[in-house]
Amino acid sequence: MSDDESGGEYGQSTEEQRAVVMGIDFRNDGLMLLTMLLGIYIIYLLAGLVIGFPFRGLMNQIGQLTFWIAVFAMASLALNLHWGYTGLFNIGIVGFMATGVYVTGILSKPVFGSGTSAAEIGGFGLPLWIGIIGGTVAAGLLGLIAALPALRLRADYLAIVTIALSEIVRFSLLSDSLSGHEIAGYRVGLGGGDGVILDYQDPLESLIRALSAPFDLILGEQGWLWNDVYLGIVVDFVANFIPNNPKPVVDNFAYSAVLLLILGGFYVVIRRMGNSPFGRVLKAIREDEDVTNALGKNTNMFKIKSFVVGCALMGLVGILWFGTQGSVTPNTFRPRITFYIWIALIIGGAGSNSGSVMGGAVFAAFLFQGPRYFKNVIETALGNPEAPSSFGQAMLPVSNGDVVPFLLYTLDSIRQLQLFMMGVVLIVLMHRRPDGMLGHRKEPASSIPLTRPIKRSGGGDTVATDGGETDE
Amino acid sequence: MSSEPETSGGTGGVDETDDRTLTTLGGAGDTAEVPLKVSGLEKHFGGITAVDGVEFEIDKGSMTGLIGPNGAGKSTTFNCITGTHKPDGGRVEFNGQDITGLEPYQVADRGLVRTFQIARELGEMTVLENMMVAPKHQRGEALWRSVLPYARNSVNQQEQEILERAWETLEFFDIDHLANEYAENLSGGQRKLLELARALLTDPQMLLLDEPFAGVNPSLEERLLEHIHELRDQGYTFLIVEHDMDLIMENCEKVIVMHQGRILTEGTPEDVRNNEDVIEAYLGGEV
Amino acid sequence: MGASSTYDRARSQIVEKPMTAVLGIIAVLLVFDLVRQLATGNLTIARMMSLVLDGVLRGLVIGLAGIGLSMTYSILNFANFAHGDYITAGAFSGWATTYVIAGGFGSAANIGSLALVGSGGSVFGGALGINAVQTPLAVLAGLVVSGVFTVALALAIDKFIYKPIRGSGGIPLLITSVGVAFALRYVIQFVFDSGTRGVTNTGSLPGIRPNVIDGTVAVTAHDVLLILVAGGLMLGVHILLQRTKLGKAMRAMSDDEALARITGIATERVIRSTWIIGGGLTGVSGFMFVLWKGTISWNDGWLLLLLIFAAVILGGIGSVYGAIAGGLVIGLTASTAVIWIPSGFARAAAFGVMILVLVVRPQGIFAGRSTA
Ligand SMILES: Nc1ncnc2c1ncn2[C@@H]1O[C@H](COP(=O)(O)OP(=O)(O)O)[C@@H](O)[C@H]1O
Ligand SMILES: [Mg+2]
Repeated sequence: MSDDESGGEYGQSTEEQRAVVMGIDFRNDGLMLLTMLLGIYIIYLLAGLVIGFPFRGLMNQIGQLTFWIAVFAMASLALNLHWGYTGLFNIGIVGFMATGVYVTGILSKPVFGSGTSAAEIGGFGLPLWIGIIGGTVAAGLLGLIAALPALRLRADYLAIVTIALSEIVRFSLLSDSLSGHEIAGYRVGLGGGDGVILDYQDPLESLIRALSAPFDLILGEQGWLWNDVYLGIVVDFVANFIPNNPKPVVDNFAYSAVLLLILGGFYVVIRRMGNSPFGRVLKAIREDEDVTNALGKNTNMFKIKSFVVGCALMGLVGILWFGTQGSVTPNTFRPRITFYIWIALIIGGAGSNSGSVMGGAVFAAFLFQGPRYFKNVIETALGNPEAPSSFGQAMLPVSNGDVVPFLLYTLDSIRQLQLFMMGVVLIVLMHRRPDGMLGHRKEPASSIPLTRPIKRSGGGDTVATDGGETDE
Repeated sequence: MSSEPETSGGTGGVDETDDRTLTTLGGAGDTAEVPLKVSGLEKHFGGITAVDGVEFEIDKGSMTGLIGPNGAGKSTTFNCITGTHKPDGGRVEFNGQDITGLEPYQVADRGLVRTFQIARELGEMTVLENMMVAPKHQRGEALWRSVLPYARNSVNQQEQEILERAWETLEFFDIDHLANEYAENLSGGQRKLLELARALLTDPQMLLLDEPFAGVNPSLEERLLEHIHELRDQGYTFLIVEHDMDLIMENCEKVIVMHQGRILTEGTPEDVRNNEDVIEAYLGGEV
Repeated sequence: MGASSTYDRARSQIVEKPMTAVLGIIAVLLVFDLVRQLATGNLTIARMMSLVLDGVLRGLVIGLAGIGLSMTYSILNFANFAHGDYITAGAFSGWATTYVIAGGFGSAANIGSLALVGSGGSVFGGALGINAVQTPLAVLAGLVVSGVFTVALALAIDKFIYKPIRGSGGIPLLITSVGVAFALRYVIQFVFDSGTRGVTNTGSLPGIRPNVIDGTVAVTAHDVLLILVAGGLMLGVHILLQRTKLGKAMRAMSDDEALARITGIATERVIRSTWIIGGGLTGVSGFMFVLWKGTISWNDGWLLLLLIFAAVILGGIGSVYGAIAGGLVIGLTASTAVIWIPSGFARAAAFGVMILVLVVRPQGIFAGRSTA
């Protein structure tokens, strides 16, 4: 618990302080999270090993799982700032992600040149880190533009406005009229329906090369950390286990690990925002905006800040998510991505940051990647059988008592069915556990533990024995 | 509540708002003798004229009752004074400053704080959190300060002070045993107490209470009144809307009577009690 | 009338009027540009009329589907995000029926393929010669089934999914409806597959091409049928709301549910009637939409949903006539926007209009009273 070092000065017993921080038993939260993650990984490993999934594929799955856990946990945390804390019903998340990804792409893509095909567009060729900052800021700016008029609206109207906004973003990206232009001598654009090839330097490589700078200075080399350590030692080591082209597997792992670190950063930042007077005002706005205003808080300012920061973070998550996919098209950014993140948040329980992370992990492991992995595993086990190509063909043999084609079709359609399942899960959650996995949790918003100060100015303990309330 | 003002706070302040934030002000300000002055206030809703040329002045440190039958326009008057509604005409002055049409938070910021007719607790926040929202200009309300490591230390210090004040105030109102309850689990009467306690933590100079005794049982009502008297003695100014004429008559030194959006009369309880129009309005309007 | 009241008035004018003024200026500019385009021959009058016709027809579909959404929005107090997928479900149920009948119950093609509306390219509606003139019975049966099926679907979903949590407020219901939407949409995709396919035989569809000043405007039999069906159903709803006790009860409930409850209107019955009427109209709108545009796809309804929300909000939530009028405005916006802006932005323009209305006048432009 690095967060709140200062409590001790005020006379709380250290016992209390360690056990209960900000009203949550943090050790248990952390423990719970770790246990859960461990459980998830064990399930994945076991499932793969039992079936005899190839080692390389298994490692890829694990790396991928880590990637999804990090991505959905981060997005869920950002959404928690909006919905869980401030009560802002944003269902246009994907629009902010798309903005982040596209702006990063355009800022950091290589400049259009002879090497680029005529149909393609170029970028501004800026370093990737500038692109990422630019993309994040752009998503925040879009949030600001939306916030100024829309934050006055009731929750359901805000929902409609934000989802419409995200679709407007997608239409704009699709539009031919913005697909490519000459701006200040650069041939740039949104690429229309063909999308944008994200041919900037690989993010992982950029990062490691950037980190290498101090070492390079000392050793007088170029990209020592990348060439000698990463490629030379790590990848070579893994080659002992995965002899054939180990780099993609290692890249996958390394990038996912970086994302986990960033997730840690997200968690600390959003938790601090929440557990502070700032977060307290956000919660108060969620509960009753008029009252909060009447208490002297400029609620509009708070809402705008919360919205813009959340949108920027969503943009960043988008960049981290899609930035390594090589290319994106506008139709990547359909509302279903927003839907994923909402489910993740609701699984964990809106309002709780630990819950958001858990929700993200559970969603990633069991609803998002799980079914696909399951499909892979089963298909491997069955020796990749041919599935019927349509529901009709699948159903035909059922009348003769042969359900195998139907099951194969079902397995083959797992990507559609998992969306169906997500819908059902959302319905069931709203019926059974609207407060999420962790239930209704008291997480008082303060930067210090809210125990009664020990310093008692006389009076003793008369209060508690007052006989309680007798009214009503 | 401790009545001695903790003037300086002495918290190694990062910003200049420290003093204001942590002083138990208790109306100790040196401002005008007539803190609140309302003139020609008007408010229409569609065809209805809810407030029609209301004028009055409230004396510093006084406890004034605003009474009138249901629908007389009392709550709307409060709403127009505190910025919840924009008045259609007239002027509201607080401590000599024109506050007409300001946003509610701006009005509250100047030290004029209201409670609501139906207690509006922040339900899914604990009683303590409800209290701790209230103090004005908290350092940690700035986003960057709540996040950045060094600045957060100064936030923590102030939080500790706010926490102590919140506990003290809860003790004063005898609801400290509920500190870690969700506010939505409180009884109606306890919510009224919480609302008043919360309003106090904003360091108001003057409090506008809209039917603070509605739905409160007699024993709690007694206690609430005691608290209000005690606070008044500390220097707070009160304007209280109340339905129950007798209660106001017994406790206020001045009474303003509203009827159909207008001021019917104002004066001492004695004067008002004997005023024909008032009797008429109450009997004619209510039965 | 002191200085401050003058100030207030000035303030409110600055807040409200400039918006109107800006909108007015934009409208004038658009008209100006329209005249310029007509004058320079960039745009023919015939093309403009075609666009307007297209907008009206689209608007009728949106308005018809919007009635149900508007009614449930005001009476049950939540935005039903599954509404678009009710449209799709209605369309597929109706078209499965039409296919089966037009395909001679399996004599023209495999009955399974027919019932799956030719999934995987197994049968084509064009090959079956489906259109309102060649196969009127099949189309009529599909129309009826689409309505009936959607009523049943809406009632079942309400009973098992919405009703148990009706007490928890509009937002949990909204979130739940998103779950319903995805579940429905992807079940449809699972069963009927993800291809978009043509369902009608447009080659033999009768129509007229009257000359209009500088060109021709095509009107098909399906256009006419859409106008007749949508117009007839809208008239029916009007009579129902104005003339029957049920209609009065529904109007009362959309104004104030608590009031309606204490005044003794059987609310559960009213809610059921709302789903029946709304669901029926929605299903039929889905069927007619597909008949009119000639293709069917698993996300037809979803793509329409935001336009329907736009229409409903524009017309004022709860107002049936508002939904119809809003539908026409949104349909016209989406269709005629191409006169001024690139076609890729036509739909965005309709959403833009909706956002503008929500921000400037959230009670809708036709608001005054709700429902009727
Ligand atoms: N927001 C509002 N919209 C329309 N009418 C209102 C509103 N608030 C109050 N009114 C009307 O204004 C009049 C005065 O109401 P109010 O100020 O609440 O009276 P009181 O508090 O004295 O009982 C009543 O007729 C009431 O119906
Ligand atoms: Mg009142």
